[in-house]
Amino acid sequence: MTQALLREIIDYANRANPYPLYEELRQTPVSHEGNGPYVVSTYYEIQSLLHDPRISSDSRNLKATGDDPLGQSADDEGTALPPSFLKLDPPDHDRLRRMTNRPFGPPHSPHRVHDMRDELDGLVAGLIDGIAGSGDLDRVDLVDQFAYPFPVTVICRLLGVPHEDEPRFHVWAETLAASLDPDPDADPTQRGKGTTDARMELGMYLAGLIEERRKNPGDDMLSQLATADGPDGAMTTMEALSTSALLLIAGHETTVNLITNGMLTLLRHPDVLKRLREEPGLSVPIVEELLRYEPPVQLLPQRTTLSDIEVAGVTIPKGASLWLMLASGNRDPKRFENPDRFDPDRKDIQHLGLGSGIHSCFGAPLARQEAQLALSELARRLVNPRLLEDPPPYRQNAVLRGPRHLPIACDGVLPRAG
Amino acid sequence: MTGEHTRDGALEHLKREGRIVIVGASLAGLRAAETMRDKGFAGSLTMIGDEPYEPYDRPPLSKQVLLGNAVADHTALPRRRAIDADWRLGVPATGLDMAARRVRLGNGDEVEYDRLLIATGVRARPWPNPEEGELEGVFVLRTRDDGEGLQRALAANPRRVLVIGAGFTGSEIASACRERGLKVTVAERGSAPLVGALGAVIGEVAAEMHREHEVDLRTGVMVTALEGDPAGRVRAAHLSDGSTVEADVVVVSLGAQRNTEWLAGSGLGAGPRGIACDAGCRAFDVRGIVTDDIYVAGDVARSPHALFGYQFLSLEHWGNAVAQADTAAHNMLSESADRRPHLWVPAFWSSQFGVNIKSVGVPPMGTEILITQGSLSERRFAAVYGYQGRVIAAVTFDNCRWLPFYEQQIESTAPFPPPFSTVDRRPEGNKPVPADFPDPSVPTHGPTITLSGYSPADRKMTFTPGR
Repeated sequence: MTQALLREIIDYANRANPYPLYEELRQTPVSHEGNGPYVVSTYYEIQSLLHDPRISSDSRNLKATGDDPLGQSADDEGTALPPSFLKLDPPDHDRLRRMTNRPFGPPHSPHRVHDMRDELDGLVAGLIDGIAGSGDLDRVDLVDQFAYPFPVTVICRLLGVPHEDEPRFHVWAETLAASLDPDPDADPTQRGKGTTDARMELGMYLAGLIEERRKNPGDDMLSQLATADGPDGAMTTMEALSTSALLLIAGHETTVNLITNGMLTLLRHPDVLKRLREEPGLSVPIVEELLRYEPPVQLLPQRTTLSDIEVAGVTIPKGASLWLMLASGNRDPKRFENPDRFDPDRKDIQHLGLGSGIHSCFGAPLARQEAQLALSELARRLVNPRLLEDPPPYRQNAVLRGPRHLPIACDGVLPRAG
Repeated sequence: MTGEHTRDGALEHLKREGRIVIVGASLAGLRAAETMRDKGFAGSLTMIGDEPYEPYDRPPLSKQVLLGNAVADHTALPRRRAIDADWRLGVPATGLDMAARRVRLGNGDEVEYDRLLIATGVRARPWPNPEEGELEGVFVLRTRDDGEGLQRALAANPRRVLVIGAGFTGSEIASACRERGLKVTVAERGSAPLVGALGAVIGEVAAEMHREHEVDLRTGVMVTALEGDPAGRVRAAHLSDGSTVEADVVVVSLGAQRNTEWLAGSGLGAGPRGIACDAGCRAFDVRGIVTDDIYVAGDVARSPHALFGYQFLSLEHWGNAVAQADTAAHNMLSESADRRPHLWVPAFWSSQFGVNIKSVGVPPMGTEILITQGSLSERRFAAVYGYQGRVIAAVTFDNCRWLPFYEQQIESTAPFPPPFSTVDRRPEGNKPVPADFPDPSVPTHGPTITLSGYSPADRKMTFTPGR
C-alpha cells in the first residue's frame, strides 16, 4: 500500500499535483514496506530528523541499497569527483561548508549577495526586454526565455566565469540538468554519453579556471575558494572542483523551479499577482509562502540512520534509507492552518522549503533575492499575462519538481523602470 | 466544574476595564504587556521602570556596543504591537501594599492595581567596597548607561583593562576588549572561566580561548582591593596571590542581585534569591500561600520546574524572560482552568572570542559530561550532561544547529550516556567524564542558573525572608 503510494508520487502522471498523494501519505507519519525506504511525511517528525545527529547524509553509511523507487544512481552530481558537502557529514561537511561560506556570506562576506543586486536587476531587465523584443507575445515560454537563463548567468557571475565563456557554461548546465531529469523516450546510451562528456568538459574547464585563478586571483568566489587562507587552509583542487560543481547544479536548478512555480502560482491567483504589481515589497512574503506551498526540492531521498531510532512509534533500523518528504511536511495541517491555501499574508511560516539543520540551503539568501526580483519585475512589466496551459508540462524529476515549460501570453511589456 | 465560582463576570470585567500594573519596563515587562493587549485586555496598563528609557535589549551591551559597532541608544526592543500604556519611566517602585493593592513610587505617587506583574529583574552586583567602587574607571555592566560609559572608556585606549569575574558577561567583555586590541587581565575566583555555568571540562576550553586570544587570565585568585590615584581614578588592583595589576579600567562582573528590596516588609515572598512563584507565575506570600493577583516573570522570578525535579529555578536568560512573561500575561487574564505552566526548557547563548556558545537544560545539575559530537580541542562540539542516568543539559560550541535534538532528549528524559551513535563521534565521545562543577558551597562568580530547590510536596520547606 505504502510502496504503491510512493510509486504513485514518483509516477510522472502525478507530477502536476502530488499534494493529494502527500495527504494520503501523512496518514502514516513514518511508512515503510519491504525493502523500500522509510518515508517520513509529517512536519514535526521531519523537522526533528533534520536536527538529529543520528542521521547521516553520507551514502557510505547506507547498509544495503534495497529497493529504491527513484532508481537513483550512486552519484548523480559528478562521477569523477569526490562527494560535495551536500553528501558529507561533519566534520568534513562543516569544514567545506565553512570554507565555501567565507567568500559568500556573513560573517566574513556579509555584502556579497547584497552587492549583486544591481547586476541581478540588470539581468532581469535584459531578459524581460528580450521577451518584449521576441515579437511573439502570444506564446512566451517563461522557462526558456526567463527562469532558466537567469540563475545560470547569476551563478557564472558569482563563480567568476568570464563573460565570453558563459554560452559554453549554459550548454553544459543544460546537459547536466537534463541528466537529472531523464526523458524516458530518449536513448539512454546516447544520453549517458552526452552527460559524461558534459561532466568531463565542465570539470576540465573548471579545473583550468581554478588553476588560472590561483595565479591571478580576482574578487570572484572561485578565486577565493582556490586561494583561501583562512583558519581551515585552502581547498584541494578536487575539493574546489566538487564544491563549484555543487554550487553550479544545486544553485540553478532549484532557483529555476522556484521562479517558475512562483509565476505559475501567481497566474493561478490573479488577486495576489495584482497586489504584487502595486506593491513590489510583497515579493518577500510571497517567496516565503511559495517555498512552503510549492517547494522546488520536494523531498530529501539521501539520508540514512547511524543507529536504530524511533520516530512516531516506528523503529527505523541502523543503515536504513530515509526519505524526508519536505513538500508534504509543508502541507501538514497539524502545523499550518489551511495548508492547501496559498496565502502570502500567512504570519506563521516556518516552512521546510529550504531544509533545516546543518544542510539547510547554502544559497538561500541568493535564491530568495533572485526569486523576489524576478517575480516582482515580471508582475510589474508583463501586461495581462495569462496561462496557455494549465497544468503546464512538467519535468520528469520528482525531487527537483517544476514545469519544463511555462507557456503564457500577454498583451504587452512595460518599459524598464527609471 | 467549569465556572461555579469563577464565571461571575469578574474576569470579563477585568479585561474590559481593569487596572494592570507592570513594575519593570524591560524585556519581560514589555512582552507581557504586548501579550495582554493581544489577548484583548482593554483596561488601563501602567508600566513602571526605574531607568529613564523605554524597553531596550541588553545582550548587545556586552557585545556589539562594546565593540563600537552599535550605539547603546539604538538598542530599543522592537515592538510587536502598540500597548497603549501609561509609562512611568525614571521612577522606581519603592513599596507594595498588598491589602490595598497599591504600588508606591519613588516620587511619592501611588498606583492602584487589580493585577500586578513584577518583572523588576536584576542589577549588577556592585564592587563590595563602595569607596573603591566609586573610583573613576570602575564599571559594572547591566544597563544602557553602563554600556555607553564602558564603551567610551574602552575607546579612550586604556593601557590595560581588568575584568573581575569570568562568567558569561565577564568573558564577553574580555573578548570585546581583545577585539579592540586592548590589553586585558581577567581575574576569576574559580578554576576556569564559565566554570559555574558549564563545569570545569568546558571551563578548560573557555580558558584556552582566553589564552589563545592573549587574555592575561588569572584563575583561583580574588581581587582584594582597588587602588586609585590622587585624582580619584583607578590605577591598580591587588590580588589575593600578592600580585598587582595596573589597569585604567576595571569592570566588576560578579553576577547579579535581584531587585526585591522594594518589597521588604510587604508580606510578599521576596528576598535575595528572588520572588518565589508557582509554575503559573503567581507569587507566594511569606507564609507560602500563593497570591491571586500578583504575578512574577523574568530574572527576578523563581519557579518550580517539573522537568527538573520541581526545583525552583531562577534563570537570567533572555528567552526565559520572553516565555515567562507570555505565560504570566496569559494566566493573569485566564480562568484558573485555562492557566498554563511555565515549562520553558532553560536555554541561553553567548558569543565570545568568535565562538557561538549555546546551551539547553540545566548544566549545573549534571554530574557527568559526554562529548557526543566534534572535539573539545577543535572548539567545535556538542556535549551532553548526565544526571542520575538521564540527559539533563547540553552545550554546543559552534554547533548550535543540533541543539533542538538535545532539547528533545532532555524533555523526554532520555538515558545518559546516550546509547546511540551520531555523526562526528570522536574517541573522546566514547566515555562520560565528571562534569566537574565547583563545590556549591564555595562562591564563584555568577553562574547563570541558581538551583534552590524543594518539592512543593515537601513538608520540610523553609523560607528565608528578605534581609
